[in-house]
Amino acid sequence: MSIHTGLTRTPLRRFLDYAVLSVLAFIFALPVIYLFMGSLKPSDEVLNGLSGFLPTHLSFDNYTAVLDSLNSDSTGYFWRFMGISLLLSFVVVTGGLFINSMAAYGLSRLKWRGRNAVFTLVLLLLLVPFESVAVPLFYMFNDQRNTLFIQAIPFIANAFSVYQFHTFFRSIPPSIEEAARLDGAGPWRTFFAIIVPMSKPAFASVAILTFLIQWGSFLWPVLMVSDPSVRPLPLEMSVFQAQLPPDWGQILAFGVLLVLPVLIVFAFFQRWFVQGVASSAVKG
Amino acid sequence: MTSAEPAHAAPHAREKAPPVTAEKPARPARPARPVRKNRDWLHGLLMSTPAVAGLVAFVGVPFGYAVVLSFYNVRLGSPLAPAFFGLEQYRRLFTDPDLSGPFLRALLNNLTFAVVVVPVQTALALGLAILLNRKLKAIGLFRSLFFMPVVFPMALVAVIWRLILARSDQGMLNSALHAVSFGNWGAFDWLGDSATAMASIIVLSVWQGVGFQMVILLAGLQQIPGELYEAAELDRASRWQQFRHVTLPGIRGTLVFVAMLTSVLSFRVFDQVYVLVKGGGLNEDAARTVMYQAVTTAFDQNNVGQASAITVVFFLIVVVLTLIQRRVVRPDNED
Repeated sequence: MSIHTGLTRTPLRRFLDYAVLSVLAFIFALPVIYLFMGSLKPSDEVLNGLSGFLPTHLSFDNYTAVLDSLNSDSTGYFWRFMGISLLLSFVVVTGGLFINSMAAYGLSRLKWRGRNAVFTLVLLLLLVPFESVAVPLFYMFNDQRNTLFIQAIPFIANAFSVYQFHTFFRSIPPSIEEAARLDGAGPWRTFFAIIVPMSKPAFASVAILTFLIQWGSFLWPVLMVSDPSVRPLPLEMSVFQAQLPPDWGQILAFGVLLVLPVLIVFAFFQRWFVQGVASSAVKG
Repeated sequence: MTSAEPAHAAPHAREKAPPVTAEKPARPARPARPVRKNRDWLHGLLMSTPAVAGLVAFVGVPFGYAVVLSFYNVRLGSPLAPAFFGLEQYRRLFTDPDLSGPFLRALLNNLTFAVVVVPVQTALALGLAILLNRKLKAIGLFRSLFFMPVVFPMALVAVIWRLILARSDQGMLNSALHAVSFGNWGAFDWLGDSATAMASIIVLSVWQGVGFQMVILLAGLQQIPGELYEAAELDRASRWQQFRHVTLPGIRGTLVFVAMLTSVLSFRVFDQVYVLVKGGGLNEDAARTVMYQAVTTAFDQNNVGQASAITVVFFLIVVVLTLIQRRVVRPDNED
């Protein structure tokens, strides 16, 4: 019997494997089931003992209520929060892919004096977690509070993304670029026409990781955003759940709406997602 | 790169001495090449500038600024000019009873969190990775299921668990315990009780984060050659022996990396604590972390200088952990 291949498993063993996995998976999934189930139930039945899991009185009322109650003026609040989160994620992800990959290319494939020093600087800055610059940044940009600009700009340049691209680009055989150079392509054309198209997996995994982190971003908005008109979704989630008395059905419906975009992205791009996490670690 | 002249052997020699080749103008056949090659430094610099400038502006400068601010008495909204304070902020953090109480408590809480989360979450992730490292139908489905909470924003995870751990007898956990204890278990305030507040934060954090470590370990497991297991079987090694002598050595490096990564991440815990303190009835004192302390000091008390000192201490801890991580992981990767 091989642990590894599973080819020689008996039907009983295979059944046991499935049984163990299913039980664990069920326990593990309970909070998620609770979230989705509760979001479809009347509020007084959410916090109602174990019957909170029972699919009784299901309806989308909570969703319409969330969209309505946060629609108190003509701007359309919920969609506004959602739009702000989407916009910030879009700017941070696309801007980040562009400048971080370019920097990684300049640092990994072009030979110039000082590039090692610059790359060392990037690695040093990689050591600095955002948490340890949050307070001075907050103080530096205090007059920019409640702007969209300050919510996105600090996160576009990302040392970890540069590092990930750097690792990937170094694995590309030099002969490919040499051929492009022979044909008269400069570094920019070589990068955009040859390297970028062949680095799709790297771009996909960096994009997904950046999106995930940006979408859930919380600490920075807590410090910088008080005005609901520029508030991103996760921050609004924390405000919404602290209301008194809490309306549990609506809070959970809000939660589903908050996580749905990442779940959709996750469902479509799972492979890259997992690859991105795994490769960053195994090579890291 | 350099090789516009395939006729030349020894590309390394040329790479190391570019100015020499560039200075020779006696190659009219390829006028464009030396020029372009010379300009690699310009292109390299131009390409790296946006990202490096961004990193310097939003990581490097504010970090230096944190160090500077920590030497001053800076208060937001105060009409007084910041006064130079020397090491006073640090002294207060560690010795002033009013300030050092919460701060040292936060440090201790962070430490407790890390000491529990690192081994528990790593072991759990390893167990799951081994279970999921099989060729079964639908194994991909199981893998995504365990990975799924990783994509959940912490602000939402905190809210879901706020309900599960709700203090009323209608809370999910309390009513489950009520059912299995035949009615002997009543309402318990998991988040509010100082004995269980940190444990609650640990449980929800492990739930959210374990899939991340699991995926990394799974990648490590898949790099162990299958022949090793076959050889072990020929030697009649039991499953436990296979685990001890093939699996563990095979992923040692990954395992160390995961543990170190988890310890760095565990020091950064903030979102769930903040959300639950601000609206979920979490016991503030029992669950405050260093980052929570920094944010509330800067934001609620407007004491930026003090918060900066906390930030610097926080940074030093994380850097030490990261450097240990690099030390420990590097030699392994080079085998």
